[in-house]
Amino acid sequence: MEVGFLLGSLLKIALLLGYLYGLLRVMGHPKLWVKALGVLAAFAVIQVALTDFNGFKLLNAFDQGLLFQAATMTMVALGLNLIYGFNGQFSLGQWGFYGIGAYCAADITYRWVNGDARGFLVVGIGIILGGLAIWGIGAFLKRYRGIPVLSSFTFYILGVVAAGFLAVKLGALLNPLFAPLLGTPANPGPLASGLALQVVFFFAVIFAGAFTAEISFLFGLPVLSLGSDYFGIATLGFAIVINTLMVNSDTILPFPEMKGGRGMIGIPKLTTWFWAFFFLLVVIILMRNLIHSSTGRAIMSVREDETASRAMGINVAENKLLTFVVGCFFAGIGGAVYAHYIGFLSPGTFDFLVGFNPLIIVVFGGLGSMTGTIAASFGWVFFLEGLLRVLLSQMGTEAPTWRYVLYPITLLLLILIRPQGLLGNVEWGFLKSVKVASRQKEAGTPPTGDAPQSIQEGA
Amino acid sequence: MLLEVDNLNVYYGAIHALQGVSFNVEEGEIVTLIGANGAGKSTTLRTISGLLQPRTGSIKFKGKEISTTPAEQIVRLGISQVPEGRKIFAPLTVRENLMMGAYTRTDKNEIEQSMQLVFSSFPRLKERIDQLGGTLSGGEQQMLATGRGLMSKPSLLLLDEPSMGLSPILVEEIFRIIQEINKQGTTILLVEQNALMALSISHRAYVLETGRIVLSGDAHEVAENPQVKSAYLGV
Ligand SMILES: Nc1ncnc2c1ncn2[C@@H]1O[C@H](COP(=O)(O)OP(=O)(O)O)[C@@H](O)[C@H]1O
Ligand SMILES: [Mg+2]
Repeated sequence: MEVGFLLGSLLKIALLLGYLYGLLRVMGHPKLWVKALGVLAAFAVIQVALTDFNGFKLLNAFDQGLLFQAATMTMVALGLNLIYGFNGQFSLGQWGFYGIGAYCAADITYRWVNGDARGFLVVGIGIILGGLAIWGIGAFLKRYRGIPVLSSFTFYILGVVAAGFLAVKLGALLNPLFAPLLGTPANPGPLASGLALQVVFFFAVIFAGAFTAEISFLFGLPVLSLGSDYFGIATLGFAIVINTLMVNSDTILPFPEMKGGRGMIGIPKLTTWFWAFFFLLVVIILMRNLIHSSTGRAIMSVREDETASRAMGINVAENKLLTFVVGCFFAGIGGAVYAHYIGFLSPGTFDFLVGFNPLIIVVFGGLGSMTGTIAASFGWVFFLEGLLRVLLSQMGTEAPTWRYVLYPITLLLLILIRPQGLLGNVEWGFLKSVKVASRQKEAGTPPTGDAPQSIQEGA
Repeated sequence: MLLEVDNLNVYYGAIHALQGVSFNVEEGEIVTLIGANGAGKSTTLRTISGLLQPRTGSIKFKGKEISTTPAEQIVRLGISQVPEGRKIFAPLTVRENLMMGAYTRTDKNEIEQSMQLVFSSFPRLKERIDQLGGTLSGGEQQMLATGRGLMSKPSLLLLDEPSMGLSPILVEEIFRIIQEINKQGTTILLVEQNALMALSISHRAYVLETGRIVLSGDAHEVAENPQVKSAYLGV
């Protein structure tokens, strides 16, 4: 084994954690321009490291792959931490939702660059109509009390199926307007190149997130009422069903371009560092603001005690469903970003066994700690997928399989030594609660009337 | 009449926990339900706050039937329950726990006012504002639970055994504060095994025995009742 490689890798991980710390620190700065400048600088650092200067690159292709993998893993794991760590709902389905996001976004852009706007149109119209249907049916059902959850589920599913049907029809109707502007892969039209393609990619990611969120709503509505243990089993089943659908996407589902078990190729590689960084920040900021809102406190109190939460006026069922949907939305975004980095989707990537990875990361970083999840995602990808894989592969071609023995052992050790997770409940910079910040300030200034002001500052 | 409970029957499966309970609470009163362990006191409060559904009977709050209203709506109508065993949120700070109590409210300034009001009743909570709820002592947790109950600005506060597990000095302090809260305009329905203390601060009282009301009247009358004296006051 090469000592140099080992030390280099460890240094890389340390630098990465320092990078994340700095990023979160600067994002937590009270002055807006410092924040903006800091984020820009953080973006630039990696952008420069990834740039090819006449054959010299600070981060090689392998490291680059790890970096993007870590960024998407962070989004997925943060979503899971929201569901499991903050809300207490043990979900094994996160990987399935990740896969839905990946395939959904990939299908949109794949069709787009191949002269077919239907992916974009159908999903776009579908999520809007589906969202309206869910919203409308929700408002309607709110007027009545004591409706069994399966009955309301029936209403929702009928509404969403109708919306989907309409979306398919409308998509086919509108497609001829777009098709001439899309061209072919060899000769892309004005809408399938340059800035227009970037915009389409942006919407594809958002659409995929929203699509995943709506699926998770329909799935979560009946299943969340089962109680946590059954919920865990049901979500595992869900992940397996999704994986089976992927394997058969070209036979039982009408998507020949997904090519079933052979894997979907030719997805445009549109995920640049800009997009990965952008969506990562969006997920972090959304989640942080949610956690520190009154809804966020409700999410945590539901985990602590459902009865006491109801007595506070929290609608527990609604709260769990909202958390689940938001967590799955993050998974969908992560999947979409991943698909356009890697350019190839295979059902094997979304196998339910691999689906334990985000769970391990969330436990590793600490349930209910955003910092822990972010650091653990990066550390995990770089340490286990990067360092360990390379080291082990020097000991024989089959040796990397030992990783699967090492993961559980590390996890076991961690649970024994630090049951609260690696970072416990430490949060860095931006992710710290506003209250902690105000306490530090109060130490220096008289406490009168200070609190409301500091709440606004953090918002 | 602020609260009218009429012929309430509540079951846990086959267990008939409340067997035709009727009582009422006037605006501005402190009313106590006393009764031995297992008499159905907590069941009564949980049914009023919507955590349990009665099989039959009616609960009217400000003249409006609420017996089928879900718990999360009842808080919004102005009833707040401080549950037995406090049930504070251990990993949340004192401030966050209090903010949870104000979950149904939106006006930031009014919430801050309520919080200051709670702090004036419970100065100890202010000193521990950033401490985690789970690390408070039993007495402080009871104060936090009561303060949290007040944060929704209820017109009726349901208190389930606030003196449970507290030292005599703390019990006195808690009861003094309950009286203070009542004087500031909150009606209180109190449930207690500690009958002597509860009766001393209440206006009226009901005695609950295995799911039925067996006695009612002015608090001092109830306290003078020979049966009550022997059964609950240990005289
Ligand atoms: N969750 C429950 N399931 C079944 N029986 C219960 C439950 N809670 C209370 N009970 C029963 O209902 C009766 C009244 O209980 P409770 O209202 O808690 O009494 P108290 O608060 O007066 O001590 C008791 O017989 C108790 O055993
Ligand atoms: Mg009780």
